[in-house]
Amino acid sequence: MEFLQSSPPDTSAYMIAGYAVFFCVFFLYITSMFVRNRNLKRDLETLNDVTKE
Amino acid sequence: MDEKPRILSILDGVTVLTLLIATVMVFFYAPTELIMGLVQKVFYFHVAVAWVGMLGFIVAAVAGIAYLRTNDQKWDVVGLAAVELSLVFFFIAIIMGSIWARPAWNTWWTWDPRLTTAAIIELVYAAYLMLRQGIEDPTRRARFGAVYALVAVITVPITFLSIRLARTIHPVVIGSNDPAAQGSFDMSPAMKTTFFFSLFSFTIVFVDFFWHRIRLGKLAEKVESLRMKAMS
Repeated sequence: MEFLQSSPPDTSAYMIAGYAVFFCVFFLYITSMFVRNRNLKRDLETLNDVTKE
Repeated sequence: MDEKPRILSILDGVTVLTLLIATVMVFFYAPTELIMGLVQKVFYFHVAVAWVGMLGFIVAAVAGIAYLRTNDQKWDVVGLAAVELSLVFFFIAIIMGSIWARPAWNTWWTWDPRLTTAAIIELVYAAYLMLRQGIEDPTRRARFGAVYALVAVITVPITFLSIRLARTIHPVVIGSNDPAAQGSFDMSPAMKTTFFFSLFSFTIVFVDFFWHRIRLGKLAEKVESLRMKAMS
């Protein structure tokens, strides 16, 4: 009975869940880029040492 | 790897700032919608991440054309960066949409034209990443990636138009709604401002992340060529 509704329904849990998913995946991706970058830099250093030898 | 350009550091700052402003606007500036309640606020970021998701798939197709014309490996790096980034954003859009759908449609998922085409787009580009892994030769891999991105981009207009041409329950934000659409609403001026600022903010986020991902791709390419050299 939407027309009798005086205040919005409480759907806050869904909103929190939606934004929690957003921020989790978002920061996971940032972390993944950071970790990959660090590992590649380490590989590059090792390979540079190997090729110099 | 080259030193991080100063402009990229500035862009990082602008990205954090605009995303912060967009978040504050969503939670404290945009009014609560009367019918759906607070879950309607999911819509601002849901549409924005879907937008940058589609943008990246188009960028990948353009990079594919550039690669096929020039045979320059850098376009493969650009294409891969765009696809990976868009897959992440589009995945977020699908999950956020599903969470919104539960109170709005009383279901987490339905095989509506928009949801179906969105799932297809995600699977098509996930396959792009998986199939690339199976090709060892960088030139063949790049050519495959370019052609695949060019063919796969057809899923973008299909997904975009699915709610405008097919009978669907998914609401249309810009344009007229299907009479069967459920969960549609009229935007107040504050809602419109928040919505357009979110779109702007995520475009900045996309550019920033894209640049970082391209730099990462170039570094990976360098490591791969050095590894080949060391092995030979």
